[in-house]
Amino acid sequence: MPTFFVNANRVDIAASVPGDTPLLWILRDNLNLTGTKYGCGMALCGASTVYIEGQPVRSCRVPLSSVKTGAEITTIEGLKSREAQAVQSAWEKLDVPQCGYCQSGQVMAATALLVKKKQPTDDDIDAAMVGILCRCATYVRIRAAIKEAAKSLG
Amino acid sequence: MNPMRMRPRANITPATIDRRVFLKATAAAGAGFTLGIWTGVAAAQASSPAKAAGSAMAGTFEPNAFLTIGRDNSVTVVVKHLEMGQGTYTGLPTLVAEELDAAWSQVRAVGAPADARLYKNLAWGDAQGTGGSTAMRNSFEQYRQAGAAARAMLVSAAAKQWNVPADAIQVKNGVVFHASGKRATFGELAEAAAKEPVPPSVTLKDPKDFVYIGKHVPRIDSKAKSDGTAMFTQDVKLPDMLTAVVAHPPRFDARVKKFDAKAVSSVPGVRYVIEVPNGVAVVATSFWAAKKGRDALTVEWDDTTGIRFSSADIFAEFRKLAARPGKVARNDGDAAKAIDVAAKTLEASFEFPYLAHAAMEPLNCVVRLDGTGCEVWNGEQSQTGDQQAVAQVLGLKPEQVKLNMLFAGGSFGRRANPASDYLVEAASIVKALAGQGKRGIPVKLVWTREDDMRGGYYRPAYLHTLKAGLDAAGNVVAWQHRIVGQSILTGTPFAAMMVKDGVDATSVEGASTLPYAIPNLMVDVHSPDVGVPVLWWRSVGSTHTAFSTETFIDELAAAAGKDPVAFRRALLAKHPKHLAALDLATAKAGWGTPLAPGKAGEKRGRGVAVHESFESVVAQIAEVTVAKDNSFRVDRVVCAVHCGLAVNPDVVRAQMEGGIGFGLSAALHGAITLKDGAVEQSNFHDYPVLRINEMPAVEVHIVASSDPPTGVGEPGVPVIAPAVANALAAATGKRVRSLPLKLA
Repeated sequence: MPTFFVNANRVDIAASVPGDTPLLWILRDNLNLTGTKYGCGMALCGASTVYIEGQPVRSCRVPLSSVKTGAEITTIEGLKSREAQAVQSAWEKLDVPQCGYCQSGQVMAATALLVKKKQPTDDDIDAAMVGILCRCATYVRIRAAIKEAAKSLG
Repeated sequence: MNPMRMRPRANITPATIDRRVFLKATAAAGAGFTLGIWTGVAAAQASSPAKAAGSAMAGTFEPNAFLTIGRDNSVTVVVKHLEMGQGTYTGLPTLVAEELDAAWSQVRAVGAPADARLYKNLAWGDAQGTGGSTAMRNSFEQYRQAGAAARAMLVSAAAKQWNVPADAIQVKNGVVFHASGKRATFGELAEAAAKEPVPPSVTLKDPKDFVYIGKHVPRIDSKAKSDGTAMFTQDVKLPDMLTAVVAHPPRFDARVKKFDAKAVSSVPGVRYVIEVPNGVAVVATSFWAAKKGRDALTVEWDDTTGIRFSSADIFAEFRKLAARPGKVARNDGDAAKAIDVAAKTLEASFEFPYLAHAAMEPLNCVVRLDGTGCEVWNGEQSQTGDQQAVAQVLGLKPEQVKLNMLFAGGSFGRRANPASDYLVEAASIVKALAGQGKRGIPVKLVWTREDDMRGGYYRPAYLHTLKAGLDAAGNVVAWQHRIVGQSILTGTPFAAMMVKDGVDATSVEGASTLPYAIPNLMVDVHSPDVGVPVLWWRSVGSTHTAFSTETFIDELAAAAGKDPVAFRRALLAKHPKHLAALDLATAKAGWGTPLAPGKAGEKRGRGVAVHESFESVVAQIAEVTVAKDNSFRVDRVVCAVHCGLAVNPDVVRAQMEGGIGFGLSAALHGAITLKDGAVEQSNFHDYPVLRINEMPAVEVHIVASSDPPTGVGEPGVPVIAPAVANALAAATGKRVRSLPLKLA
């Protein structure tokens, strides 16, 4: 029985759940954590971004069998860091989202960037965010909101 | 309660509250009042709206409940349009809050149920739905009247309680007060206000008194869309719900010949395998089980009726048609004759591929059929048509189909399909289940990204040919524009209104409405029946007509040896909105000043385009840098929009930014192609869309206007491709006439 942690809660997945089930669908269908989105299933759009041990990954391409016992997984619902709060309040302040479907992935990626780099450049932002698609093209505000969040973090 | 902030849970409360249930519940709890407002602007302006509204409250005339004031002091606005990113869940409540003098913090939004009598799109006639950038335009008076009437009833209730004249009472920021020091919240007055008669008429605010309209109002949905709690159809979970994934034919119009489900039944979680009109559905306890079940399915297709040609064949046929006159969409003067005698003539042809909408949320819906009717959860963009289509599949009356309108994770037109394709598919599945005695099981239909990409209903492919003549002084004396491509509306309920004498208005809009003063002007169109399912795509006809007209006028300016802005201005004397947008954009962009040079070997250029769509005019100036290897980037876009009164300027800016990104995505990458009748693309690796590293810096400027609001969701889209193509021509001298843009 695979056992790991999602947002600091211990999760025991029944042995009957197939090991090839992507983590995305474990989160969404088994754990009711629907903030993480399905967009492409091929790690092309970034809507399924979560952290495993703090590192952003595309959960649509992470089979259950590859999740290590005791792994710490963080989803948008469990995002609590200072950086995350700065990102989310900048997202609100600048009204970044339009349709909103991709924004969990955007927020996850932006937060991971700010954890790694306090004052990212435009190139840093492009490099960190290039994998997260937004069909509403909220990119102008994503850039501005990351800078706003960086500023608020000092 | 704000449904948008709800966390999904096992037994969800749908975002849309059934109005009748809601009215009853409200009355029973004494929680507040629901205001019945007459339906529609025309009725509101009739001689006795109060009588109509009064009887509405008595129940003999169905009230149109646009807002509810709760005892908890919440103001809940019932929004009749789909929130798909364009901001209508903020825009329509802004109108109510303005006239009600509510505090913005007390305002909530919920989606309206399906009821065309109450919630029809006033710009569409009798149907309820969202599209054509009409949400604000058709609601501007209606929602303000609703707010003003509620305000009057609150004031009148306070006047009675305080025994003061109503006109001595003021309302500000959600508080009702009187000079004597008496004050009350809306919530405190709600029950008393509900007993007041609806005023016979309301006076709307003088625009100079606006506190929200034209000012900054934050979006209602930003928080829920930044913390993962916003509910989309993909997130709906109902007790006992199953998930369906459908195997679709590899070619449009192909049919199931037979299928072998033996291997499917051994996939854990799979419950049913059902043939539906357009494929075979695998219904399972989870998405992954359904998807694996579909992978295990063997379907033999009968594609004798399916198309077998390729994109190249389609364009070859289009070119043959373009050699012959088509149906005339506009004919001023005698263009053919004027071209014959012109001092100089130019000719060009343009090719536009099919485009997929590719919204981030792949198509999906949840349908439950029980003994009394059917309930649907969907990013619902076309209530009236979808109600009828689902009802027809299930043998119900349209009003037995209850639609819950959830947020859509984008749509760009795809969720408003006259064929109601994915809803009909889901309805067919629950119908088949009911046939097996499994009535009442909710089914979530999920299209994978591949299903979504290959499922058709594309922006049609088009071929345009243009010919123009200049006189010796460089004036445009003649313009001939021929368009070849599938009609979107023929065969749909919109045809009666929008297809006249064989001309589909959506094929020629932007071309037949060319604003330039050209004495001899002819636009004609061929609408061949190709067999590829097509649909409107954000900004519809303008997606192609803006490109051909705005790049060709640029070529004419160059041929006449004139500045492209001055050349356009001279032809736009009778179009003040175009001039205002063009002048604002060029001034802000520094048109006429030199661009900063690029690095060694790079060429830079600036291009302009201006285009009207959905009654708004947008002008854009694009700046590009072309590298030695002919790759290029768009560095900066300056955009000016004339959209009448900008109810929420920041939302207008957001729509222009997003529209530019959406248009640029198609300009740089977008192409759905057919090979041997099958769509070649399947996901974002072979149908790339714009990523952040390709997004230019964007500046948006709004033309100050007190005209009624016009569209903003779409008009930003069509202008960017021609602006970029013109900038590329300025940088390199090369004219690119086919999309997506590639410099040879």
